[in-house]
Amino acid sequence: MAALVIARLTFLEAVRRRILLAAFLLGVAFLVLYAVGFYLMRQEALPMNRQSEVLNTLFKSGLDNFLTLAGLYAVNFLAIAMGALVAADTLAGEIGSGTIQAIVTKPVRRAQIVLGKWLGFAGLLALYLVLMVGGVMAVAYALDGYVVPNVWNGIALIYLETLLIMTVTLLCSSTLPTLATGGVIFGLYGIAFIGGWVEQFGAILENPAAINIGIVSSLIIPSEALWRRAAYEMTPPLAQMLGVSFSGPMLTVSVPSNLQIVYAAAYLVVALALAVRVFAQRDL
Amino acid sequence: MTDLAIQTTDLRKEFDENIAVRGLTLQVQQGEVFGFLGPNGAGKTTSIKMLLGLVAPTSGSATLLGAPLGDRAARAKMGFLPEHFRFHDWLSANEFLDLHGQLYAMPAARLRQRIDELLDLVGLSPYRDKQLRTFSKGMLQRIGLAQALLNDPALVFLDEPTSGLDPVGRRLVRDMIANLKKRGTTIFLNSHLLSEVEITCDRVAFIKHGEVIRVSELKTLVNGATSVTVRASGLTPSVLDGLRRWGKDLRADGNQVTLTVADESVLPAINRYLVAQNVAVYALTPQHLSLEDLFMQIVGTDGGL
Repeated sequence: MAALVIARLTFLEAVRRRILLAAFLLGVAFLVLYAVGFYLMRQEALPMNRQSEVLNTLFKSGLDNFLTLAGLYAVNFLAIAMGALVAADTLAGEIGSGTIQAIVTKPVRRAQIVLGKWLGFAGLLALYLVLMVGGVMAVAYALDGYVVPNVWNGIALIYLETLLIMTVTLLCSSTLPTLATGGVIFGLYGIAFIGGWVEQFGAILENPAAINIGIVSSLIIPSEALWRRAAYEMTPPLAQMLGVSFSGPMLTVSVPSNLQIVYAAAYLVVALALAVRVFAQRDL
Repeated sequence: MTDLAIQTTDLRKEFDENIAVRGLTLQVQQGEVFGFLGPNGAGKTTSIKMLLGLVAPTSGSATLLGAPLGDRAARAKMGFLPEHFRFHDWLSANEFLDLHGQLYAMPAARLRQRIDELLDLVGLSPYRDKQLRTFSKGMLQRIGLAQALLNDPALVFLDEPTSGLDPVGRRLVRDMIANLKKRGTTIFLNSHLLSEVEITCDRVAFIKHGEVIRVSELKTLVNGATSVTVRASGLTPSVLDGLRRWGKDLRADGNQVTLTVADESVLPAINRYLVAQNVAVYALTPQHLSLEDLFMQIVGTDGGL
């Protein structure tokens, strides 16, 4: 019950402090730019004459898929950044300012405060993804009648990734000051990003050491692996069979396994449990 | 021991190398207004934080309203005004009280009625829909007080409740404390404004270097310690020496001598002694020490540093 009160408060805070409005307006601006880009690229590329109808169709669906995933790649990054930004200050800031004191001395468990904030952020991020992922998909559909395959799997994985980063941020925020939290989170993101890169190169060049670096980095923080799996899920079967999918600046050659998804989910649960524990035991 | 609102035994808090509270042992009766006094850095804030469950004690034990520290049923009957009250300032006064009432799990109808009463009481009804970030320091302190009383608590912790308040606000706080006391509420008051403490408290504890150095009824304390000023001629050094048996801090200045005595009952004996020594007494004036003077005497002028 108290968790829901805190969740509502968290949501209200995002509205009152105009975080939601800023995210919405900038999100709309992003989508407008994206739609214009999508339209122009399509105008340029599609009229080129190809040998056969089959090739034309293949090229068109390939282009649509590339453009949609490029849009989702950007959205994925924005959603992670949003998750980190909203969660970084929440506990650290309220502990620092003393706002938390009148809250935790009420007859509520500290765990309920952490869970309430988590729920509030999870709701906010879901809303953000509905706008942004929905917007990108809507552009592709409106301009070209295109829908990526396995939409729901892809969205679920992107949401899981966003929740993962938000939860780890919440964990850091329960023990570190706001700026240190931000530093740690973007450091972790950097590790995941470069680790993913090295792994793909390793897969292309068949270099086991490079692949291992990638695996270790996705054990440290499994966020990037979730995005690569999401991109793979939303890649047409033909490209999947060829063993490549587009996932930002790199192609995905080594596809994250189901086990890695399970690992990421477990990682999230453990991070949340730790956040609850750390916050419950610390002096305020 | 259900008549004790607060009982602590050897509560101790160490932060790394630093001992913030050495060993706090206290009893506060139910219905009592208890003043918690001491210089800055004496461990007052850490002590309150331990009682409220914000900080975990390193050792020792305590019960509040008969329940161990951190008991949520007991917390439902407690109120707290933090010292550096910072609240979610993007909430309106009404929303702020509503939030805190919900955290107390108060029934909605009761909460609405209570919010109206309290906004009236602290004089903020006209501002109920204004966001807290537009409030002055005094208004924030008032809304904080309202927050601390939402659940009609049996035990209230007020940490510097009059800081930032103008004389009108201070009077309001004083009246509120008097009203709460009439209703049998126990109040734990941490304040630097000793004149306020003197008016409102039943008993006071002095804390220094993380330890309680003295607990006393305020009346006994203030009525007891008296300074006597004698105006007389014939005050020879040997007469002055003889006076020392009744008190301390003797200061002589020509025909005038001042002495701190334990209480007024020694005045006739002093008079008889002076007369017997052939001193011509023109005036013998008792003067109660203020709590501030007592504070200085008990805690010392080093401020506990």
